[in-house]
Amino acid sequence: MATVSMSVNGKLVSRDIDPRTLLVDFLREHLRLTGTHVGCDTTQCGCCTVHVDGKAMKSCTLLAIGLEGAQITTIEGLAKGQELHPMQAAFREHHGLQCGFCTPGMIMAAVDMVNRKGNHLDDQTIREELEGNICRCTGYHNIVKAIHSGAEAMGAAK
Amino acid sequence: MSGTGIGARVQRKEDFRFLTGKGNYTDDVNRYGQTHAAFLRSPHAHAEILSIDAAAALAMPGVVAIFTGDDLAADKIGGLICGWMIHSKDGEPMKAGAHPALAQGKVRYVGDHVAVVIAETLSQARDALEKILVDYKVLPATVATSDALKPGAPVVHDVAPDNAVYRWALGNEAETEAAFAKAAHVTRMDIVNNRLIPNPMEPRAAVGDYDSGNDAFTLYTTSQNPHVARLVLSAFIGIAPEHKLRVIAPDVGGGFGSKIFIYAEETVCVWAAKKVGRPVKWTSDRTEAFLADAHGRDHVTHAELALDAAGKILGLRVHTTANLGAYLSTFSSSVPTYLYAPLLSGQYDIPAIYCEVDGVYTNTAPVDAYRGAGRPEATFVIERIVEVAARELGKDPAAFRRQNFVTSFPHQTPVIMCYDAGDYGAALDKALSMADYAGIGARKAESARKGMLRGIGLSAYIEACGIAPSAAVGSLGAGVGLWESAEVRVNPIGTVEILTGSHSHGQGHETTFAQLVSERLGISIDNVSIVHGDTDKVQMGMGTYGSRSGAVGMSAIVKALDKIEAKAKKVAGFVLEASADDIDFKDGKFTVRGTDKEIDFASVALQAYIAHKFNGQELEPGLKESAFWDPTNFTFPAGVHICEVEIDPATGVTRIERWTAVDDFGNVINPMIVEGQVHGGIAQGVGQALLEGAVYDATGQLVTASYMDYAMPRAGDLPSYQIGMTQTVCPSNPLGIKGCGEAGAIAAPPAVINAITDALGHEDIAMPATPLAVWRAIQKHQPRAAAE
Repeated sequence: MATVSMSVNGKLVSRDIDPRTLLVDFLREHLRLTGTHVGCDTTQCGCCTVHVDGKAMKSCTLLAIGLEGAQITTIEGLAKGQELHPMQAAFREHHGLQCGFCTPGMIMAAVDMVNRKGNHLDDQTIREELEGNICRCTGYHNIVKAIHSGAEAMGAAK
Repeated sequence: MSGTGIGARVQRKEDFRFLTGKGNYTDDVNRYGQTHAAFLRSPHAHAEILSIDAAAALAMPGVVAIFTGDDLAADKIGGLICGWMIHSKDGEPMKAGAHPALAQGKVRYVGDHVAVVIAETLSQARDALEKILVDYKVLPATVATSDALKPGAPVVHDVAPDNAVYRWALGNEAETEAAFAKAAHVTRMDIVNNRLIPNPMEPRAAVGDYDSGNDAFTLYTTSQNPHVARLVLSAFIGIAPEHKLRVIAPDVGGGFGSKIFIYAEETVCVWAAKKVGRPVKWTSDRTEAFLADAHGRDHVTHAELALDAAGKILGLRVHTTANLGAYLSTFSSSVPTYLYAPLLSGQYDIPAIYCEVDGVYTNTAPVDAYRGAGRPEATFVIERIVEVAARELGKDPAAFRRQNFVTSFPHQTPVIMCYDAGDYGAALDKALSMADYAGIGARKAESARKGMLRGIGLSAYIEACGIAPSAAVGSLGAGVGLWESAEVRVNPIGTVEILTGSHSHGQGHETTFAQLVSERLGISIDNVSIVHGDTDKVQMGMGTYGSRSGAVGMSAIVKALDKIEAKAKKVAGFVLEASADDIDFKDGKFTVRGTDKEIDFASVALQAYIAHKFNGQELEPGLKESAFWDPTNFTFPAGVHICEVEIDPATGVTRIERWTAVDDFGNVINPMIVEGQVHGGIAQGVGQALLEGAVYDATGQLVTASYMDYAMPRAGDLPSYQIGMTQTVCPSNPLGIKGCGEAGAIAAPPAVINAITDALGHEDIAMPATPLAVWRAIQKHQPRAAAE
């Protein structure tokens, strides 16, 4: 066992873990933050996307032990109580989710996309940037609309 | 229409929890004292198990137990079943090989279940798997669909010595022969419908729990139909009687058919929970999902279309070999038979049809229903062959289709189905206009100037949904009825709980079902909750598949709401001192006709429960009703999808430039949700046409067992879609709904391939039309566009 400490959604957490524990299992099993999902466990589907020090990363292939002192944000850290983050609100408004399983990863990737690419995103940019996130339900049409709109709303909220 | 009633674009009630990470999927469920299961799977496509030595594995840290097929047999746990009996044309019943949840003596596909390790942690269970020694005698395998019936092919099950599960037929052979005898032209085609792997984003999972105090089991599982799972696990597999087995399907992350079935893993988890005296949890990893989730499609077909000199279709003759894999999955036998051949008439008036289907065993994963289930395969046959026939006759494919459309209803096809309502010409007109079909010549010329190939393809699909009238499917071999149930519980303060046998795994039932209640009772959708997915809460129901939850599930709710209204009128009559016959109910208010006396719905609910205004002998207290709805017919959604592609001949890359979908779903409850269903269906259909294909090598190893190898459609592979609707009301259910869940997946593949073949100028391309396949096809043939 080894001890690891990091900040998760603004709270400092410290746990004794098996050194082979993946970040996603640390979040799901140790902290009971089950909003981060495992869709493929090989870094291809993006269901497990979280922010590590402000950048989108896939938590299914990161070892928790290597993240000592990191700042982690998960889907549970975006909304303020009942008030959705503008990207979450845009996904709801544009029906950018159906079964909801890929949704946390999609939203974390989308927020990161806006952080890197700005608030005015064209469809082609959004589609290319979603390369690492798979959705089987929506056909992406409404996800693209949601990210376009959510990006604008994030800009307006600044 | 009220703001939240039928027809309104209401945002989804379930979204808040999904958007904030508060969904509750099966893998999020943890029970106190839980252990973890990992399955040892066959590395061989076909082998005898000579011995299993688990001694070293049992000694590994944290290992609680290891079980094999012998342990299940000793407990008299039955095998997995197929619930639809198909008879061959000679009257013989289908040949169902035994399907033990853990192998007994033999493995029959890569991924087949050999043993289970139960350990304190998942890592410990996986570590121990590697220490189990299995001595296999590897046998030759039958892998390819087209090889299964060849003389000398390795035999998958002794009960089917020629690998034929059944040799089934539908239609009139003699009339079809006669139609071909008088034909002026016959179009002939060989068609392969590629094998797909469903891939809902949530992998399957199960948590089995046993309460020794009550001798009762609970199974949390990723199911589209928890009551059906309970029925099969109780009545056939023998886990426990139904009243001692609770099945809970909480939030389920997509299904597309693959979570209808009762699999080995949940069977083992719930059984083993009693064996080890602790809860047992298993969650599939993605490679396990590729290996052992039921696959879809996999047909090899020869089709012939007979036409008269004017281009009128006279007859259709089809022979299909359908790969059912190594074992018969829960509903597999029905998919290439009764869910396939009855749809071969498409939207066309075809006087004679004859279809033969040979269902075959191979040493591959079981094949069962996947989005559309038989209907995409039928639509691909008919929509490819009418396209090719039009081209051979030099006719415009749209005009040729119109010439042969069914135009009067009801229309009895030669293959069971009686189409009840539709206007196929209206959908075609609208789609042609939205797609600017008339302008395609100019767009092709513009592409040609850039050295690109442009093509346009139509698909005029029909499907049979609202599955299904129980007596009808029973006469065709189904082991169950396909009605749906609903219970409406009105609480004393006037809020409403709907308990439904339908199950939502992305379809938005919590919203659409609440919209129906809002419309009928005049209450806010916020005062309605939808309860589903728990056999202890909800009475027996049949679940969600076959685009049935609107047409069948909501019809049951309507029937229960009718009873609620009738009872509430009696209560209102007592309160308002009037006869129930004189009470009207509108916009949430009960009024006495011809007076100004009124009472609102919530007050009637309270009066029903306090029961102060009536005698309990003349009217029962309370306001709760239940109903079962058994449909009188299938429903027949139909429409026209048009795909326009541009192909780069240098690379073979196909880009979808435009997608136009015009669908007739009858009445629509929430257009936003319906459009979303269409988008997702198209994406899966485009995936089949351009990207996806399960590949087994000659020895039966699954080559496409990860997202690196199996090409899932990603955002960059797909276009945005133009969606339009036409509307003919469905006459066979009270809401006039036809169903929308599968349309896109059914319509899309032939539209894509018709567009690609239009661009290439020949028909020699199979699905998936990957860049390599398209580039090779271009090299092999002179492109039509270049020749023009």
